[in-house]
Amino acid sequence: MSGLLEGLQWLVDPANWSGVDGIPARVWEHVQLSVIALVIASLIAVPIGLWIGHTRRGQFWTVQFANVGRSIPSLAILSIMFLIAVKEFPSLAFGFLPTIVALTLLGIPVILINTYVGIQQVDPDTVEAARGMGMSGRQVLWRLEVPMAMPLIMTGLRLAAVQIVATAGLAALIAGGGLGRYIVDGFALRENDKIVAGAILVAVLSLLTDLAFSLLAKATSPTLSSGSGKAPL
Amino acid sequence: MSDLLAGATTFLSQQDTEPLIRWIWISDHVDEIVSRGLQHVYLTIVTVVIGFLIAFPAAVYASRHRWAVSPITSISGVLYTIPAFAFIFLLLPITGLSLTTVVVPLIAYSLLILFRNTLAGLDSVEPEVKEAAIGMGLSRRQLLWRVEVPLAMPVIIAGLRIATVSSIGLITIAALIGRGGFGQFILDGLNTFFWTPLLVGVVLSVALAFAADLLLLGLQRLVTPWARASGVRAVAT
Amino acid sequence: MISLEHVEKRYPGTASAAVGDLTLEIDEGETVALVGPSGCGKTTTLKMINRLIEPTGGRIVLDGTNVLEQDPVQLRRGIGYVIQHTGLLPHRTIRQNIATVPHLVGWDDERVDARVDELLEIFDLDRELPDRYPAELSGGQRQRVGVARALAADPPVMLMDEPFAAVDPIVRGRLQDQFLEIQDRLRKTIVFVTHDVDEAIKLSDRMAILNVGGVLEQFAPPETVLREPANDFVREFVGAERGLKRLALIKVDDIQVDPGPVVAPGAGADEARRAIDAAGFGWVSVVDEGELLGWVDHQALQGCVMAGEATPRRFSAYVTGRDSLRQALDSIVTSRTAVAVVVTEGQHYRGVLTLERISQEILA
Repeated sequence: MSGLLEGLQWLVDPANWSGVDGIPARVWEHVQLSVIALVIASLIAVPIGLWIGHTRRGQFWTVQFANVGRSIPSLAILSIMFLIAVKEFPSLAFGFLPTIVALTLLGIPVILINTYVGIQQVDPDTVEAARGMGMSGRQVLWRLEVPMAMPLIMTGLRLAAVQIVATAGLAALIAGGGLGRYIVDGFALRENDKIVAGAILVAVLSLLTDLAFSLLAKATSPTLSSGSGKAPL
Repeated sequence: MSDLLAGATTFLSQQDTEPLIRWIWISDHVDEIVSRGLQHVYLTIVTVVIGFLIAFPAAVYASRHRWAVSPITSISGVLYTIPAFAFIFLLLPITGLSLTTVVVPLIAYSLLILFRNTLAGLDSVEPEVKEAAIGMGLSRRQLLWRVEVPLAMPVIIAGLRIATVSSIGLITIAALIGRGGFGQFILDGLNTFFWTPLLVGVVLSVALAFAADLLLLGLQRLVTPWARASGVRAVAT
Repeated sequence: MISLEHVEKRYPGTASAAVGDLTLEIDEGETVALVGPSGCGKTTTLKMINRLIEPTGGRIVLDGTNVLEQDPVQLRRGIGYVIQHTGLLPHRTIRQNIATVPHLVGWDDERVDARVDELLEIFDLDRELPDRYPAELSGGQRQRVGVARALAADPPVMLMDEPFAAVDPIVRGRLQDQFLEIQDRLRKTIVFVTHDVDEAIKLSDRMAILNVGGVLEQFAPPETVLREPANDFVREFVGAERGLKRLALIKVDDIQVDPGPVVAPGAGADEARRAIDAAGFGWVSVVDEGELLGWVDHQALQGCVMAGEATPRRFSAYVTGRDSLRQALDSIVTSRTAVAVVVTEGQHYRGVLTLERISQEILA
């Protein structure tokens, strides 16, 4: 238990709140990495998920891809990206880039599958009724399918965000910065207080991310309960 | 940082001659592959079994006392959201480099999955089936073990599959404290800029996940002959 | 057999009782229907008998003992229970489903197997069915399995909650007929809930008509309820066409049949013509030593010396003694002969039923 206490002491020590290795700087680094990766992942996965859900093409391969993608350990994705970067783009290897690519790849499967399932599970009778009223395919997508799929799309974004924030903590292993720095450095130097402080910061940031996206989900789909049993993990 | 740079330099100097997979490395490391594999399987089983032993009674309780659903979901939701590796390092000063340090965070992660699927499975039993069973004179215990649990099996096993596959992936993180099963090869590959162990670690952990998934799927088919392929879905996708 | 004494069910936080103060005496071997509009507490009443719902007041005495003083689990094993959607266990085969209660009460496997076979036969269930799962059966089959399962341990009392409501009308009719046939043999004490007045009329020995709050408006045989509804509520509830519904309850065997105009094939044509004119129907039945050959009219008899020379035409419809007056009426209004011809099972002529005769019966 004393380890926890030391970690808390480290956290409140003013000395750790300034400079390039200070808490604000590291938090900012961590958030930047995560936000960039999440945005890119969403820009790739949401449109594809909408397209697959709407046209119902390639459903089988989407599910297979998502399953394989999710079974690859995040440590492995980070490591692979880093090694590729070192080999192919040595000048960029020791920066944010490999981390961002890895985090983006990590976020794609869960956003894709949730978007696709969200669109695909819209009641076919409702879709038929909408078509019967004369809506075009585009109108069906934007006025019916997307609003109906919103809770699941938001769930996908939330899960991806939490996973990205968590894995960004490993970025320090490949010279990527972020809050993981404290853990990796602390572990190397046997400084328990630093390790614990880093772990607490990563945990808190993950929980805050989860909370923020839960609130966002409520705001974007006020009429549908967020606690529906269908929400995937 | 200097370690990495030194490693990178070595790596760059030999990258033209280094193949993606060096088979000789694999044949030299068969023993280690086996022992890491056993460690990986062992950690997975410990995690899922203990996680299930906690989540199952909680779900049974919650299915009968609805007020408990929300607090249990919230608590297990927090445990699920805390990154496993952060959790591991949080425990490190307390429990050291022990098995506990690895397994507790993994169990914590699996609880929400197992709890929600077990509860959803129990909830999926048609009310009229339960009513008829009670009407025929089944006691509460008989209702649970002879009706609710068998009928919930497909969803419960779906939860076990997700928890197992996730755990197999997460265990690799524990390589950071030397107990990561195949994850150790990934970390070795990263630290030595050497593709072979890295890819061996990735491929074997993914293969293990798929094998475990298939095994559980087979188990599900075996214990639920009445549930034709259609109609049964897990809470999680 | 079952007596409900001032039974009451109040749910906390509601002003009025679901069932207020219900007293009902059900005899051994009779089939009682609980009917009434929604909210009348008929299902609540049924479920209080096997304590799926706990009464908040009164006594329910079953076979001499107060059910409220018994262990509910043991109590239920001795009462057959059938519900609308059957509630068959989806993960157990038909055989295992039927065997549920016998196993619970500890019968040995041999006895259970014999009993299941017996029930499968009684309920006319295919030989391949026992090893299938409920999902593989049709709605009607499932419903029969539901009833068979309730009868498995041979309970003296059966409770049925809308047992035939979930199937289509044709299947329902067949299930009802089968129910009557089986109940005729087994004479269980049966209480069933239905929202379908016609079903209650068809199946029950007595019907209990309940008003909102479990108020018993009338408890009498269907025939009495139809002939003498106790009050406006009952009159309105059993609805229009009370006369027709009563006709459905009376069998042709129950009333006197008119002999009708008859002539033997060996009789003279003149005799046949006189019979036609006397009856005023415009035709006469030709009956050869009891066997009905058909009918002839003046035109057919033209130029004949003997009645048998004319070719008799067949009646388009007959009724038998087991048919109801309602079916006889249908036969009258749809036939060209303006009467219903009554025959025995073996096409032996018994007589005719006219519209006048039937309306006399309703007014009686």
